[in-house]
Amino acid sequence: MDYEISLLTTMSISVLFALSLNLITGFCGQISLGHATFLGIGAYVTALLGKAGLPFLATLPLSMLLAGAIGAVVGLASLRVRADFLAVTTMGVGFLFVGIIRQQDWLGGELGISGIGGSGLSKTGFMLLALLSTAAVAALCLYIRASWMGRVFNGVAEDEDTMRVLGIDVPRYKLAAFAIGTALAGLAGALYAHHLQFIGPDSFGFVESVTVLSMVVVGGIGSVPGVVIAAALLSALPAWFQFIGDYKLLVYGGLLFLMMRFSPGGMAGLMSRFFNPVQTSAKGER
Amino acid sequence: MNMTDQAVAPLLRIADVTVRFGGLTAIDRVSFDVHPGELLGLIGPNGAGKTTMMRSITGVVRTTAGGVELDGVRLDGMPIERRIRCGLSLSQQLVKPFRGMSLLANVALAAGSAKTSSPLKSLLHLSRREELAVAREMLERVGIAQHAEQNPAIQPLGILKRLEMARALALRPRVLLLDEPLAGLNSKEANALSSTIQDINRQGVTIVLIEHNLGEVMRICSRLVVLDNGRKIAEGAPRVVMNDPAVRAAYLGGDTLASAAADQSDTTTACAALGGQHA
Ligand SMILES: Nc1ncnc2c1ncn2[C@@H]1O[C@H](COP(=O)(O)OP(=O)(O)OP(=O)(O)O)[C@@H](O)[C@H]1O
Ligand SMILES: [Mg+2]
Repeated sequence: MDYEISLLTTMSISVLFALSLNLITGFCGQISLGHATFLGIGAYVTALLGKAGLPFLATLPLSMLLAGAIGAVVGLASLRVRADFLAVTTMGVGFLFVGIIRQQDWLGGELGISGIGGSGLSKTGFMLLALLSTAAVAALCLYIRASWMGRVFNGVAEDEDTMRVLGIDVPRYKLAAFAIGTALAGLAGALYAHHLQFIGPDSFGFVESVTVLSMVVVGGIGSVPGVVIAAALLSALPAWFQFIGDYKLLVYGGLLFLMMRFSPGGMAGLMSRFFNPVQTSAKGER
Repeated sequence: MNMTDQAVAPLLRIADVTVRFGGLTAIDRVSFDVHPGELLGLIGPNGAGKTTMMRSITGVVRTTAGGVELDGVRLDGMPIERRIRCGLSLSQQLVKPFRGMSLLANVALAAGSAKTSSPLKSLLHLSRREELAVAREMLERVGIAQHAEQNPAIQPLGILKRLEMARALALRPRVLLLDEPLAGLNSKEANALSSTIQDINRQGVTIVLIEHNLGEVMRICSRLVVLDNGRKIAEGAPRVVMNDPAVRAAYLGGDTLASAAADQSDTTTACAALGGQHA
């Protein structure tokens, strides 16, 4: 039973993490290849503050705050450069983050931080907290999608120049997407740290960023149910098939490439093409 | 009659605007005023710089020199979206509908500008009932309401041009900038839409109209500005401007003849309009 509880918690945190990237890349169209950085910031904040004696629940908002603040700063890059270069920039931020962690002893350096814990919850209790947080974030995403913010994000993702001619302050909306998405990644990171009770620089590197991007793309960029299902399944794979854990970059990177090449709409796109072949794009909203 | 016009402060003032693209001077020290309530025609042969002029007013292209003022407020240095929120609105020559949504949703997105002025505000609003109603009204106005639920990806140019105009109208601008709204329409549709443009103008919206269909321009515009090779070559009442030898030469003579011949439909409309004036 312990194994199932732990797996469910892992899956739930992955779904939360994928949903946070989906907000930036799926809803608003801003690619990020460094999203694991914000998972890491959230994890390190909660770990360090926890060691300093702060209660677990008090560290959660602080994890989100710092991740979101740094996320907004990284988002500034999206105002200056277009898609392909933004991918390179965010990737660079990811390498920078891991590089800094490795160098700093007070951040645990190469060895990482172990013995994190003291969430005060039982394993089952913690699983319920993770599931509840993920459900709340999924609901938030669905709400955003249905709000005017979602409509603007959708337009920015398709054609930001035209959005400007419609009077939309595109830079502020992009920053909002980055701030919200990275803050939620910080929340996922805080849960992650308390779940594994150990974090190190390798947990938040390029491989993790590619993995989460592949979850979003496989699920169908922008589709909340699609991303939930894809993230849940893909995060469980390494537990079921040992070798996938060993070749993560190859497997998730390959998946990412294949999806981009053959079905840019992801699973959600495949499904709607299958069930509704003529009218795929004629819907009011995705 | 011009005396009273000049007594009123201009709503839009273009002062010595120059736009260069690398070595090419697309706009060369052009100045003109747009008075409140008027329907100004901005005409000239292909490549004269009309579109570039409109894009520099809205900030889509940056001016190399000169300034633009709306109701006494300098727009230079402002990003596009702020200029739009000051009361400008642009219906572009190259149509760019959002293909992932219906015609109605396209226009509703523009109609929601009050709810999208900041991310926080947009997050607090869900309903778009009012915006859909406005959007339907705008689509009706430009005569394409029967296509409201369809996707722009499958529409011909004539419908997309009108969609573009409906979207610009939905912003409820003080100055509406229309870049070839009649393109892709047959003569009956063009006639109906230019009458609509005239109606909109009579309801108080100041309009700058770029159009190659000179017959319709002569019918509805109260004043014309003519560009050629990036320079303003004439300005004034339509009949006077059309009889100006410099304007006739720009349309028919010299090096523009070759490029005009390439685009035959434009040449024939231009000739027809000028001929009509002559007779
Ligand atoms: N972004 C750009 N970069 C370089 N040159 C440009 C650009 N936009 C326009 N031009 C050039 O500037 C000149 C004026 O073009 P513009 O589109 O403003 O003419 P126009 O009067 O609108 O013509 P048309 O009637 O064909 O629409 C042309 O020589 C064009 O090639
Ligand atoms: Mg043009």
